[in-house]
Amino acid sequence: MSAIIEIEGLGKKYVIGHNKNARYETLRDSIAHFGRGVWQRLRHPLLPNRERVDLEEFWALRDIDLSIERGDRVGIIGSNGAGKSTLLKILSRVTEPSTGRVKLRGRVASLLEVGTGFHPELTGRENVFLNGAILGMSHREIRARFDEIVAFAEVERFLDTPVKRYSSGMYVRLAFAIAAHLEPEILIVDEVLAVGDASFRKKCLGKMGAAQSEGRTVIFVSHNMQAVKQLCNRGVVLRAGGMSFCGSAEDAVDHYLKGDKGADSIANLTDAVETLPNDPVFRFDEIRLTQDGEEIDRVDNGKALEISMSYRVFKETQGLRVYFDCCDAEEVLLFRSFHDEDCDTIPTVAPGSYRSRVVIPANFLGPTIYRLVFRATIYNQRTLPPVSGISVLLNVEQAGRYNRAYLGDTFRGKIAPCLDWKTEPLDAR
Amino acid sequence: MSGGMSETVIESSRSLRGTWRDLWLYRELFFFLAWRDLLVRYKQTAIGLAWSVITPLLTMTILTLVFSRLAGLPSADLPYPVLVFAAMLPWQFFSNTLSMSSTSLINNRNMVSKVYFPRIIIPSTSMVVSLTDLSISLVLLACLMTWFGIAPSWRLLALVPLTLLAALTSLGAGYWISSLNVKYRDFRYIVPFMIQFGLYISPVGFSSSVVPDEWRFLYSMNPMVGVIDGFRWAIAPSPGALYWPGIISSVVLALILFASGAAFFLRTERKFADVI
Repeated sequence: MSAIIEIEGLGKKYVIGHNKNARYETLRDSIAHFGRGVWQRLRHPLLPNRERVDLEEFWALRDIDLSIERGDRVGIIGSNGAGKSTLLKILSRVTEPSTGRVKLRGRVASLLEVGTGFHPELTGRENVFLNGAILGMSHREIRARFDEIVAFAEVERFLDTPVKRYSSGMYVRLAFAIAAHLEPEILIVDEVLAVGDASFRKKCLGKMGAAQSEGRTVIFVSHNMQAVKQLCNRGVVLRAGGMSFCGSAEDAVDHYLKGDKGADSIANLTDAVETLPNDPVFRFDEIRLTQDGEEIDRVDNGKALEISMSYRVFKETQGLRVYFDCCDAEEVLLFRSFHDEDCDTIPTVAPGSYRSRVVIPANFLGPTIYRLVFRATIYNQRTLPPVSGISVLLNVEQAGRYNRAYLGDTFRGKIAPCLDWKTEPLDAR
Repeated sequence: MSGGMSETVIESSRSLRGTWRDLWLYRELFFFLAWRDLLVRYKQTAIGLAWSVITPLLTMTILTLVFSRLAGLPSADLPYPVLVFAAMLPWQFFSNTLSMSSTSLINNRNMVSKVYFPRIIIPSTSMVVSLTDLSISLVLLACLMTWFGIAPSWRLLALVPLTLLAALTSLGAGYWISSLNVKYRDFRYIVPFMIQFGLYISPVGFSSSVVPDEWRFLYSMNPMVGVIDGFRWAIAPSPGALYWPGIISSVVLALILFASGAAFFLRTERKFADVI
């Protein structure tokens, strides 16, 4: 039997422009620039903007070959910018590939977002029909499954209420319920399980698991390694637009998490900081992770981990904060820490260079994989680029204090703080 | 969408035949989106349907006052309010369709970047809302005709092909502008200007018989001139002659505009998701 999806030499190229004259000296310059632009555009309305002379090709996806069998559930993982979304967009025909071809043998439904096309003024009932049609269901199919969808979403009482009055949970539940009741041969899902409360999430996972018994093919992109392992039998790791691994889901997750040379390793942190986009207000100069004053590539949980962030501020800014998130391997946020946590005002930062240092104490992290994400933000205004943050994977090794006599004991939990236990005999003989 | 073993090939250049097949497969979506536009239109407004009655009546009053009373233009053989109203039917149909379709892709940006379907459905559905407005206005016209004692004739049937002509013209222009709008947002400032300008250069407030004969054919290069003349002819009680060269140039221009617009749209639609 032939594969249900065949991908051959697939690639997608974007052309990005760098406008050299982006900073205008005077207002007159910028008006003249604008005038030239308008004149060019009037003369050649169909040509791309002439001012963007400095064009650069960027391959979001390159040379992907993959064949997927009927009934496979394939998890696609990779760090931000690895090409996951581009691949999904091509498979769901939202955008066209630049090279290569894909053969899809079956009806496809894609869910790149929940509730695409939902209109806030329309009622729940009306939106079910509308969204169903947008996702490719016929009127008859929607009617046949209407009751099931409503029951799954648990919104019976609010069917005739405009969805703009829904709580965000109800909105998402309804949107997912519609998508979950599509019955395509190939289902393409992007990250939608990251929404809703825990019990609903469980229900969704169940629904996707059922797709397996019904022989459906699922392509699933997620940052949630647990979900990938649970739902998928195959895994594909994308890295910088190329395919770096293809195999069982378990192996793919391991490959992704342990990939030391990956974009997210500590060794790559310097590069990641250097290639950050420019911002008129702020720039990271350096982020260093050290233990005992030495650069590391793996973390020893018996020693304190020192984080040092150097950055420059170009304009006087109120409420500028640098911070980091500590997440587990499944991207669950464990804690977030800001550089100005110990003061009670909103400080104004003067232009200049700064270094903020913080220490994660010894005997606090467990022997597992964490992800640290560094970011800067201007309070109440915006997150400074890159909004997704600078992310680094921490491989933590067990070296701290623990009872070494119990050799086979596995690490459970998310952190391993060394707490001060005291045991005293009450009735010992 | 079809069931069974349908096979889809995704490549960098899609064939036109695939586009036709998709249009057929997604025909239901057209009706759903049109239905949504209608629902939304009447839900968001406080007096809903009344707007479709108030706007044409007020415009008619103003245009009648300005062109008949102040400028003293001749009314052919129709009462001036009827002369104006008969022209406003196709003109408002045209301008509503054009203004809605030209911004439709931008307004549905979210759908364009997240789901596949033939994009041409989006600007096309704008016509349905305008058609509803047109039918409401037709009822008003019937009232006006009764008031002024104008008996309808078999020529009213000509309204059907004339409306089709106006639809082709507005959709053709709508396809051009909506696809250009995706990349160059400048076009959204051009459309309101075009519509305002068009109201005065098209024979809406006056009869096109005021245009000197030697300029008449050149004047008909505006495809809406033929449509508007046709509407008046269909409604007028006396068998005044139709200016055929005007009608023919309207038909030819409308077909060219529609075909070129649709072709341009289908050629550029595959890039929409990347630039919108």
